[in-house]
Amino acid sequence: MKFFVYMMEFIIFPGFLFTATVGLLASWVDRKVTARIQYRMGPPWYQGFADIVKLLGKETLLPSGASKHFFLFAPLLGLAGVTLVSSFLWIANIDGNKSFVGDIVVALYLLTLPAISLILAGFASNNPVASIGSSREIKLVLSYELPFILAIVVPIIKSGGSISINGILSNQAANGMTASSLSGFIALLVGILCMQAKLGLVPFDISEAETELTGGPIIDYSGAPLAVFKLTKAMLLFTVPVFLIVVFMGGIAVSGISILWSTLKYVMLLVIIILIRNTNPRLRIDQALRFFWGPVTGLAVVAVVLALFGL
Amino acid sequence: MSHKVTIPIGPYHPLQEEPEFYKLVVDGERVVDIDVRIGWNHRGIEKLSETKSFDQSAYLVERICGICSTSHPLAYVNAVEDIDEIDIPERAAYIRTITAELERIHSHMLWLGLAGHFLGYNTVFMWAWRYREPILDILEAISGNRNNYAMMKVGGVRRDIDESEIPHYKKILNDELLPALEMFKGAVLDDPVLAARLKGVGKLTKEDAIDYSALGPTARASGYDIDVRRDEPYAAYDKIKWNVILQEEGDVFAKSVVRILEMIESAHIIIQCFDKLPRGPIDANVKQVSPGDGIGHHEAPRGEVIHIVRCDGTNRPVRHKVRAPTFMNFPSFKKTVVGETIADATIILAAIDPCYCCTERLTAVSHKDSKTIMGVQRLIHLSHHKTWDIGKAMGFSDKELIEKMGKKIE
Repeated sequence: MKFFVYMMEFIIFPGFLFTATVGLLASWVDRKVTARIQYRMGPPWYQGFADIVKLLGKETLLPSGASKHFFLFAPLLGLAGVTLVSSFLWIANIDGNKSFVGDIVVALYLLTLPAISLILAGFASNNPVASIGSSREIKLVLSYELPFILAIVVPIIKSGGSISINGILSNQAANGMTASSLSGFIALLVGILCMQAKLGLVPFDISEAETELTGGPIIDYSGAPLAVFKLTKAMLLFTVPVFLIVVFMGGIAVSGISILWSTLKYVMLLVIIILIRNTNPRLRIDQALRFFWGPVTGLAVVAVVLALFGL
Repeated sequence: MSHKVTIPIGPYHPLQEEPEFYKLVVDGERVVDIDVRIGWNHRGIEKLSETKSFDQSAYLVERICGICSTSHPLAYVNAVEDIDEIDIPERAAYIRTITAELERIHSHMLWLGLAGHFLGYNTVFMWAWRYREPILDILEAISGNRNNYAMMKVGGVRRDIDESEIPHYKKILNDELLPALEMFKGAVLDDPVLAARLKGVGKLTKEDAIDYSALGPTARASGYDIDVRRDEPYAAYDKIKWNVILQEEGDVFAKSVVRILEMIESAHIIIQCFDKLPRGPIDANVKQVSPGDGIGHHEAPRGEVIHIVRCDGTNRPVRHKVRAPTFMNFPSFKKTVVGETIADATIILAAIDPCYCCTERLTAVSHKDSKTIMGVQRLIHLSHHKTWDIGKAMGFSDKELIEKMGKKIE
């Protein structure tokens, strides 16, 4: 029975189906707002779903010379990672007792899986352009993970060293959200910048870079595996902001009028993502590396130090 | 350990709207060599022109390229008029200038948008194309078409500009276009991220620009002061006041700045032309073209376009040769792209505003193994060879030619 409940949670709510639905809707909001900024009409609300359904119906082509198993396994790895992290973020958020010690570390770890899957995909497809995309993705992961983890250290310090989501949430419930303190706010800013890179959006869409690498790691993908990549990306657009909300902005309430407040938090983060994405050109990989290891890591360190002093 | 990989950009690539093949040899992210292969889209326009009458050929060359669709006809009619040294009516000269400058604005605007797109900055892409619309509206009101205007005619222009509409056009230019251009100028000059991406990237020094015979904005961004509109005026360019825009840096940023400032300059040229537009006929009614050779040129948005027309007294050209500016700008990639990263290579390739359909038309390249495929090196060699032969024919000695060209060409 317990297994059945877990499977329900993983597949329907708050796991795969829920995350995918909200993620695709969020990706529609992104596309629609982007279109309106650019004097275009933008797609109808079901466009994300239509894209996925259409791709699922297309032929899956295997490039000759590709490593077949890794090529097909890579997209599933990313999808599994994002589904799992979304599931237990929500479960811990709804019922604090189901949170376990160290789950925030697991979440951090699982959030890198989509990037790892891209890297794997690029190298598996045996295409020079995909390989370059993958090597760029490796550099990008290396560059943003450091400040991202440093930023997450701030709420951990704030909640007295608790490394469980429940600990961080209950601390925020008692003392106000992490972002309301100075160190928390700086850490949130760092988190938002890293989020943009995690989502692979402009200015950090360096690995896919359509006009340079024609899609980079996913250049050879078609049909269902490509649909899985697109879906993973849409789900990330929902999951990563939710992670930041849980860690920095007091979590998501699932009852009563506070649902509106929680939605507002998410929409706010989404708007920031869309704004950054529409007002910047793409950076070069060396510039991104310098940006994350320089000013962003600096900011994150400042935030950690401030948090240690209790600010 | 160095491990060289070939990255193909083209013949079909999101960077390009037209088929073109850049073969980048990369070591990691760094480009160590580039070869440009042209000739994917041969259309035989020069040969076709020999089967058309002088009036029909103006329509034909208009279809060489949709963006430069008034540059080619203008250079062509200049060439035909050059045979008999026909003087066109003054009003026609002004109308030619107006059309040509409107085209420059819409072409540069189009480039600005595409450059934004290549950098992943799609907002610039859409905004630039939005502000290009009023220009296309003016062109449509003047000529009846958004592209392929069919305004040029041997001896004059085909359509007159309605005097009563001029205040309306000026209003569009003053109220819609110029503020938008100022906005773009500010957005490009002040954006730190754009500066980080474009400054110092793809540098073409003045010496290299001269050595590689760069043209148009590509040359002017390197401080090479060259513009046929001023150097050898035609149409009404000598009757109005305007400046040649120059930048010294030679990088992609300078090229963008040159184009943006040129658009503002063009808008001022057009407004002056509207103000000064004299009354009178618009056509010199040319009935016949006498035998002889004519050379016509025009500063197209991408640089100088040259048409050479030979007439034997019949009503059609016996030879018609077109040289597009992009053809001259291609070889400069050897200097600008090598040593940069792939990320920069794409925007450098785009920065000369390559117009493939202008260029592609004139080089037939054999495929399979029967004949050699011409790369950049081969074309440069051919060009050097030709210069050498012409020098010999002009009576220069080997020593003098080596002095002029720097080396002996075999």
